[in-house]
Amino acid sequence: MHRLEGLSKLSGAERYLDDEPLEGALKGCLWGMTVRSPISRGKIRRIAYGAGFDWSKFVVVEPGDIPGPNETYLIENDQPVLAPGYVRHMHEAVALVAHEDRNLLRRAAASIRVEVDADPPALDFRVAPRADQIQRGSDNLIKKLQIKKGDVHAAFANAYKIVEGEYETGAQEHVYIENNAMSAWIEDGPNGDVVVVRGSMQCPYYVLNALKHALGRDETRVRVIQAPTGGGFGGKEDYPSTIALHCALLTLKAKRPVKIIYDRSEDMAATTKRHPSLVRHKTAVDKSGKLLAQQIEVILDGGAYVTLSPVVLSRGIIHAAGPYTCENVLIEGKAVLTNSVPYGAFRGFGAPQTIFACERHMDRIAHALGLDPIEVRRINLLKDGQTTSTQQTISGGTDRHALLNETLRVSAYDKHKRESEAFNKTHPYLRRGIGIATVLHGAGFTGNGEVYLNSKVDVGARPDGKIEVLAASTEMGQGTNTVFTRIAADAAGYDTADVVVGVPDTFRVPNSGPTVASRTVMVVGKLVERAIDDLAAQLGQNGKPLRGPSLKKAITDWHTTNPGKELKGRATYTPPPNVKFDDKNYVGDAYATFAWGACVAHVEVDLRTAAVRVLDFTAMQDIGKVINPVLAKGQVQGGVVQAIGWALSEEFKFKDGGMLNNTLTNYIIPTSDDVPPIRVVFHENPYPFGGGGAKGVGELPMDGPAPAILNAVAHATGADARAIPLTPEHLLPLL
Amino acid sequence: MGFATSQSSMNHQSTQSSATLNGTIAIRFTLNGREVEIAVDPTERLLDTLRYRLNLPGSKEGCGEGECGACTVTIDDLPANSCLVPTFQVRGCNVRTIESIPTSSLQPMLETGATQCGACTPGVVVTANWIKEHSSVLASHTLRALMAGNLCRCTGYDGIIDGLEKWIGNPKGGRP
Ligand code: FES
Ligand code: FES
Repeated sequence: MHRLEGLSKLSGAERYLDDEPLEGALKGCLWGMTVRSPISRGKIRRIAYGAGFDWSKFVVVEPGDIPGPNETYLIENDQPVLAPGYVRHMHEAVALVAHEDRNLLRRAAASIRVEVDADPPALDFRVAPRADQIQRGSDNLIKKLQIKKGDVHAAFANAYKIVEGEYETGAQEHVYIENNAMSAWIEDGPNGDVVVVRGSMQCPYYVLNALKHALGRDETRVRVIQAPTGGGFGGKEDYPSTIALHCALLTLKAKRPVKIIYDRSEDMAATTKRHPSLVRHKTAVDKSGKLLAQQIEVILDGGAYVTLSPVVLSRGIIHAAGPYTCENVLIEGKAVLTNSVPYGAFRGFGAPQTIFACERHMDRIAHALGLDPIEVRRINLLKDGQTTSTQQTISGGTDRHALLNETLRVSAYDKHKRESEAFNKTHPYLRRGIGIATVLHGAGFTGNGEVYLNSKVDVGARPDGKIEVLAASTEMGQGTNTVFTRIAADAAGYDTADVVVGVPDTFRVPNSGPTVASRTVMVVGKLVERAIDDLAAQLGQNGKPLRGPSLKKAITDWHTTNPGKELKGRATYTPPPNVKFDDKNYVGDAYATFAWGACVAHVEVDLRTAAVRVLDFTAMQDIGKVINPVLAKGQVQGGVVQAIGWALSEEFKFKDGGMLNNTLTNYIIPTSDDVPPIRVVFHENPYPFGGGGAKGVGELPMDGPAPAILNAVAHATGADARAIPLTPEHLLPLL
Repeated sequence: MGFATSQSSMNHQSTQSSATLNGTIAIRFTLNGREVEIAVDPTERLLDTLRYRLNLPGSKEGCGEGECGACTVTIDDLPANSCLVPTFQVRGCNVRTIESIPTSSLQPMLETGATQCGACTPGVVVTANWIKEHSSVLASHTLRALMAGNLCRCTGYDGIIDGLEKWIGNPKGGRP
């Protein structure tokens, strides 16, 4: 089955928000823009609207116009919708302006000066803040978490060797090619007027909750609709709540529709990014490389507000010990507040950062012991029946050793290794090397997260016999609609042409949870199956559910006898049996299941320029069951290339906490000519509690490439690089 | 990298503009095979003229500064970033956009997964179509080099390159 909306996208017919004519609900639409802070911390003295513009002709929104609490609803609600007299980061939203003439609006917005009395910002998350930089508690700590298993200190006392290392990763910008875009208008409803927001987003119900909270309305008076979304990668997980609120506030004040479309520089400067990290490892090993104790410290830069940092940290520390077994583990994590733009969700959600450190560290352990990095992994890889750092007993039957062997085979690891070593003896300035990473990724929300989410899916049975999947899970390029169609058709015994996936619209679809955490196919896909089972059971006779043509006939018959009525199948999440997590002590089943993977990078380093080129790349993934081979492969290839960018070229330059290189001219993502074909191999081992037997696929590919590449650079040159991005400037001094 | 996004073909136009009294310039050009007459502000970008005034929103804005290629069109048969072209410069030129490429021809790109989110896709397809129509360039450049002016954040490029190989019937084009 091909991507449903594929031809529409290929031919340019797909209409994203900025492509739509200002007709219908958008008739008479104003354009909205955001007035932002020029510095990273301080008290707003005044907002000076430029002379030369008749401001009575503009709609202007300041914090006083917010009907409810000036808070963006999320974990702690500490982020204001508009800075209430005090700014915490550069480019923070301070006020909003709108006008129907987009060019005039741009000039007028550029004339606005926000005058701020500066306070000292905290800009380096790695160092303890000075007293005058404290803005939260006594130490700017957003969250502290710990995982404890066994006794690391006793193990250190008896170790054959202790290996230590410090690893750093930089921020990363999502660079979805469609920038943030949102529209809002007002409709009549049975309980009064309704604020409707439609735009580019991953999580309609996050947006809904944010609107309810700050506008002081219930869900009958706010409505959120997803527009076709040109990429997300986590970047449209929580940020759309902010831009939706901005749009809604302008529309409420103007009493006219409003559209806000960011341009690239605003999107890069003002929206969330991947958390920068510092991870320290101290590991006790025996002679053979067996891990006796892992002590790991994880520090994340949270940025100016709490936003999602506590849960990013949580996922980060749970993945920090890697896919290995070790009896003594102590992981301490903290997320720290700074005066940078708030860091947020990005594919992998904290795991790529800690896995980078872990996998680079495994190679450094091998080096310290004079062992082969493959052997050190083999001896420590989790086997079913062994436990993770949270004492989760691994089961499911995936043979991680076989998976590693298969990865080595298809990547021609030994051959590339031999040839590289021979090549390096003769070439005057090129050095080749090979590197590996073995990884895991917990699929779905962490711990009891899925239970708290309590996700729901409906399937509507239409009078024409077709089935409509009603879920809040969004299509943003990853293939939700195509895969839901396949899963629903298989469950109902239908032709895919008789399945429709409804547009995520909070007036029509139940909350199936956010479209994040590699959970859509696995968790929500399973709910789609169960909702169809429910429908089939409702219509079945003598407890015998209907399928295929008999189901279709039963649906049309039902509508004949119940004209104008609605027929739906419903499902609500229930956790797989025996999954238990103690989220106070971080003990137990952190995830219902893990996806497993391994990858191999073959690189070439030019000693003259210190440029690293990836020559060949293999990614092996166990994702349960592949529902759509082309789409699944595309997820892996796209994730790997995003990770190659993170590893080698995507470097942030900051000035006073703001992004200095907020353009695609100097924030460098990979082009087609910068990367090799990505070889993808799937290992299938159906997961009984996932939709169609699938586990999560979207995030795992982000975890392994960066450490595999740096391991390959070390093999090629001996350079002991421990920080990314490893740009030529950073590699040169190590050569 | 700039090979696929060259815009040198219409530079000679820039000196021939005729500004009207209210500061706009009346121009004519050929757009997807049809003659168009329009008055434009000297600073108006071709991308905006196409998207917001001529009802052709297939070309996308990814960056607005000539880096991403989402806005790619052809001008006098050469690919160009329409976000960098003042509209008055296409006076007398032949402009083709994504809307000129028949949907039915795109099946090979669909099958390999050349599109995911679709935001880069129209630009990718315009460049790909240009390569297809000028396959002699493959003698000196790989598909990967020729496509390097079109950034895609979703696919990792394999779906695009594989699709292009299938589309132009050159199975070795991207794998030197
Ligand atoms: S929008 Fe023109 S190159 Fe990016
Ligand atoms: S398909 Fe999303 S950027 Fe290319």
